[in-house]
Amino acid sequence: MTDVAIGLTVNGQPVEVSIEPRLTLATLLRRHLRLTGTHIGCEHGVCGACTVIVDGDAVRSCLVFAVQADGTEVTTIEGLARGEDLSPLQAAFQKHHALQCGFCTPGILTTMHALLNEEPNPSEDRIRDVLSGNICRCTGYLPIVEAVLEAAAAYRKEARS
Amino acid sequence: MKPAPFEYARPGTLAEALSFLTVDDAKPIAGGQSLIPLLALRMAAPKLLVDISRIAELKGVEFGSDYIKLGALTRWCDVLKNPQLAVQHPLIVEAIGHTAHYQIRNRGTVGGSCSHADPSAEMPAVAVTCEAQFEIKSLRGTRIVPADEFFTSVLTTTLEPDELLISIRLPSWPSDRRYAFQEFARRVGDFAMAGCVVFWDEEDGCCVNPHVGVFGVADTPIRVRDVEEVLVNRPVTTNVIVEAVSTLQRIVIPLDDIHAPSAYRSALLGVLLERALLSASSCQRGQTA
Amino acid sequence: MNTFVGLPLERLEDNRLLRGKATFVDDIMLEGMVYMAILRSPVAHGRIVRVDLTRAREMDGVVAAFGGSDFDALPKIPLRLAPVEGVARFLQRPIARDKVRFVGEPMAVVIATTPELAEDALELIEIEIDPLPAVVDWTTASAPSALLFEENNTNVTARYTVCEGDMTKAFTAATYTRREVFYCHRHTALPMETRGLVAAWNETESRMRIWGSTKVLWFNRKATAEALGLELDQVHMLGTDIGGGFGVRGEIYPEDFLVPFVARKIGRPVKWIEDRREHLMATNHSREISCDLEIACSREGLILGLRGIVYGDMGAYTRTNGGIVPVRAAQFLIGPYRIPALEFDVAIFVSNKTPVGTYRGPGRFEANFFRERLMDMAANDLGIDAADFRRINLIREDELPYSTGKLVPYEKPFIYDTGNYQAALERVLEAIGYDRLRDLNGQEIDGRRHGVGLTCFVECSGGGAKENSRVVLENDGTISVHTGCSMIGQGLETALTQLAADTLGIQMSHIRVHNASTEDLDEGFGTFASRGAIKGGNAVVDGVKNFIEEITRFASEVIGRAANDLQWKNCAITAHDGTVLYDLPELAKHAAARQRVVEANGSYLSTDLTFSYGAHAAYVAVDPRTGAVEVLDYYAAEDIGVAINPMVVHGQLIGAIVQGLGGAFLDHLIYDKDGQFLTGTLADYLVPTATDFPKVRGESYGEKLASTNPLGVKGAGEGGIVGVAGAVANAVAAALRPIDVKITSLPLSPPRIWNSITDAANQVSSS
Repeated sequence: MTDVAIGLTVNGQPVEVSIEPRLTLATLLRRHLRLTGTHIGCEHGVCGACTVIVDGDAVRSCLVFAVQADGTEVTTIEGLARGEDLSPLQAAFQKHHALQCGFCTPGILTTMHALLNEEPNPSEDRIRDVLSGNICRCTGYLPIVEAVLEAAAAYRKEARS
Repeated sequence: MKPAPFEYARPGTLAEALSFLTVDDAKPIAGGQSLIPLLALRMAAPKLLVDISRIAELKGVEFGSDYIKLGALTRWCDVLKNPQLAVQHPLIVEAIGHTAHYQIRNRGTVGGSCSHADPSAEMPAVAVTCEAQFEIKSLRGTRIVPADEFFTSVLTTTLEPDELLISIRLPSWPSDRRYAFQEFARRVGDFAMAGCVVFWDEEDGCCVNPHVGVFGVADTPIRVRDVEEVLVNRPVTTNVIVEAVSTLQRIVIPLDDIHAPSAYRSALLGVLLERALLSASSCQRGQTA
Repeated sequence: MNTFVGLPLERLEDNRLLRGKATFVDDIMLEGMVYMAILRSPVAHGRIVRVDLTRAREMDGVVAAFGGSDFDALPKIPLRLAPVEGVARFLQRPIARDKVRFVGEPMAVVIATTPELAEDALELIEIEIDPLPAVVDWTTASAPSALLFEENNTNVTARYTVCEGDMTKAFTAATYTRREVFYCHRHTALPMETRGLVAAWNETESRMRIWGSTKVLWFNRKATAEALGLELDQVHMLGTDIGGGFGVRGEIYPEDFLVPFVARKIGRPVKWIEDRREHLMATNHSREISCDLEIACSREGLILGLRGIVYGDMGAYTRTNGGIVPVRAAQFLIGPYRIPALEFDVAIFVSNKTPVGTYRGPGRFEANFFRERLMDMAANDLGIDAADFRRINLIREDELPYSTGKLVPYEKPFIYDTGNYQAALERVLEAIGYDRLRDLNGQEIDGRRHGVGLTCFVECSGGGAKENSRVVLENDGTISVHTGCSMIGQGLETALTQLAADTLGIQMSHIRVHNASTEDLDEGFGTFASRGAIKGGNAVVDGVKNFIEEITRFASEVIGRAANDLQWKNCAITAHDGTVLYDLPELAKHAAARQRVVEANGSYLSTDLTFSYGAHAAYVAVDPRTGAVEVLDYYAAEDIGVAINPMVVHGQLIGAIVQGLGGAFLDHLIYDKDGQFLTGTLADYLVPTATDFPKVRGESYGEKLASTNPLGVKGAGEGGIVGVAGAVANAVAAALRPIDVKITSLPLSPPRIWNSITDAANQVSSS
């Protein structure tokens, strides 16, 4: 089958690649760009571990073919930290023990980052509702919600300035 | 769970897209939230995917004098964030709030969901209950299909292989209409085990123009006219509700599957109809509980 | 000197996990690596007529394809645990040969240059199977229309009876008896990372390196070396980050033999990553136990005897875990209670389903449900409050240590070491507000019936006799600690660092605890049954103490003074008058100059277990019209002796509770009567999400230290899950008691609860 040439931006870096249409964005990130922080948990769009941000929207990268992401701006977990420092959201996760095995964590961080960028003052119910699209088997979700509530303050501050 | 190989085209215009769809074993893809899982499970293996996601003619929400038209590429998040829709068609906004999850709602489209025709999905149920009109195009021309003729069976519609769903047109919605949406799912965002959509207008304390639709219980969403007959021209009292429920349970025999046997679904459906009718009849007109 | 142990320190492992810089097995890319896909049986039971690989082999991009007979050199997968007499006759070949016995059983493998091509090639394999009738439960197993293993002439792999005390006396003396049949359904752990392996054979070095193995690396390594006909030191298993274990990951599965075998055969590194559909049908299932249980009590509610039959559906083969699940399901029936007479008949059988293995709290989740349900029934019949019934029967502190008697044929009796079971129960009753809630039992509030339910438990930990460690001074003066315990997400890296830092008296930043790897440690045992802190922790402490001796000895060499003139104090080698002589970086330089490695080994050996314990309480509202249950509040308390890191321990408790709530309400592996597997994706196999159980609370505390290890630590990984089914089932039963609904089986899904309610109503109307 014919490869298709695409160009996109990943974590601020331009990427040009010729790729098989059936390969997902998740596979492009992991295999071609060696950004293995995005994890594949189910390949059929239920678990959310593969979530990345495409043009500001949190999306399941296993439900986007790489060719569909042509011309878009993608942010992955590798693009969240501020250089050497953890982002406020990442730091809050560490503080609240909001991860154990860490496999689902990249998808949750990107989802919550996208949410907080748009809604910097979410209620606990809203956080849980949005988080319901990500499966975690280890934490029971409580510490994740706590971490997001705490991190939201940093997003509110940034929204004001 | 990798899809079988396919070719990919991304037309910039509708005409180009329709042309691609005449190719043997071609399938349109918009958000892909319903299609890609099917491909991953190899339950479908089209030879050509036609990416219609950037075609301008398929986008946008149009508010006409007596209608609301949703372009097929209208995403769930577009519906939920549209302030005009919240006022002008609160039912659809409420129903879509139950659809899938946050990430899916950023990609999934009304056109994609209807073309996929899952019997437990919310949008097809709303379309059928509201008597929506589906605008369908191919190189051979345009046709308008009423919603209840569009969905023919499980995951099956009247769409021919070379046809594309362009838009969904809903009649406009009076602001004082009584309505309710009830669904029961195991978890938030799961496909409904059963659901119902009801609305009616009120004249002199009586129900007129009733519309009752159920979903998740049969091969397609169903508009249950026998139940509407029970409600029409009567005040929706407790007795009327009881009669409506027993009529529904007599007419609709739900399917069995691993998640729920028929008898349970039937009981569940009755409870949902009862709650919907109670809620719609007791709330302030134009609102839900 | 205690600085770090006991503190809720942020985890060291988080940095790489939060940045997406961890290394899970699918992140490993090797030069020349190819990908393996497995053709799995689409039928539950049948004779293999034909497996034709021709077309697959011819496909572009396919490197090789192999079927049953190509793997004849491989042995069956060995038994590791629970060698109940008889089960070893039902071990599994890594690939099906003449028969398939469950949907998902490997039949052939394809190796291609990409995973996509490998999956494409699977579709080109032509197979023909003559179907046989399927065994799906005890009825079809014990009166078999088809034997899974003709040579064994039975589908019952093992049957034994254990008893203690005088059962006849108990039942004669009893003024009250009750007998019920209970059922716990098939479900599984579902870690977020599926299984995977990378195997690379180096022809020049004659060495196999394998990534993706975990749990019991040294056992796995030995078994793999034997299977491949290699020497032990020719096979190494390297640690990776791991996306959850929960008991199902790390046992030897067919792929653990197939992948390295193929890697050696084709001379290229091979990667195999399980997809989620495969995972659901190929990774161990668990929990499918039924129990015909009878209790005998005095009028005052004192339990005089407990007897029953435990039926364990083990799936198509005996796995490495042997008969562990039904064995523990019987053994844990007594829980933390004083029951003078016990008799359990355990029947273990094969069926045409995915094989069964350990899943967090194996056998306990089931046993606690059976026993606590029956206790509540008895309490209700006798007019005794559910909490009072437990108070009367809980083993008292002055009765500990308490021997449970020999309830397992191949093991010595459990000895509950330390505990105050009553106090744990009181904590939970207080926290949930039991006195207030009990009055709401069965009441209808806003259309829903409310109920509160309890479960008390004990949980053993520290199994697996030995663990090792190795402590090394690195060139830069930092300390490396090597452990035999794998990191599976449970915070062990941090906990062991805390222990090492305290023992050595240095900052945690100077220490690095490495994930278990056979290249770093000659022998280790592993991570299972919540033994990491106990065995791993004590071994690390021993290793560090030995290291202190070793570094002192080395320093004495360097300085030319007697070792007992020196001491290790304040992070340095000092003279007795306190003069600092050498710190670690300096000693490291000296070691490098002498081309010496300063290191020491440690170990911890003990066959004594320790027992954490506690209680669970659930408060629910049941909608009788839809069967929907909302958990309004949940509280569990567990005494774990000593918490090395309280934040980590608390995380285990809450995570385990939510996973258990999934097990009680949502998780369900479903087969039809032909053994066809029906829950093959996450759209059908449901697990808790963030909106399902928002109100979960609990506490891990340290009141009674373990008496069987120097740290006093008890395992904290499983207590949170083992009491959940009992607590919520009791709560649902209490809520529905006014309408005479009987709750004896799981899951508590809406249709099943609705059925129970309808059944009860029909009984009333027909009587």
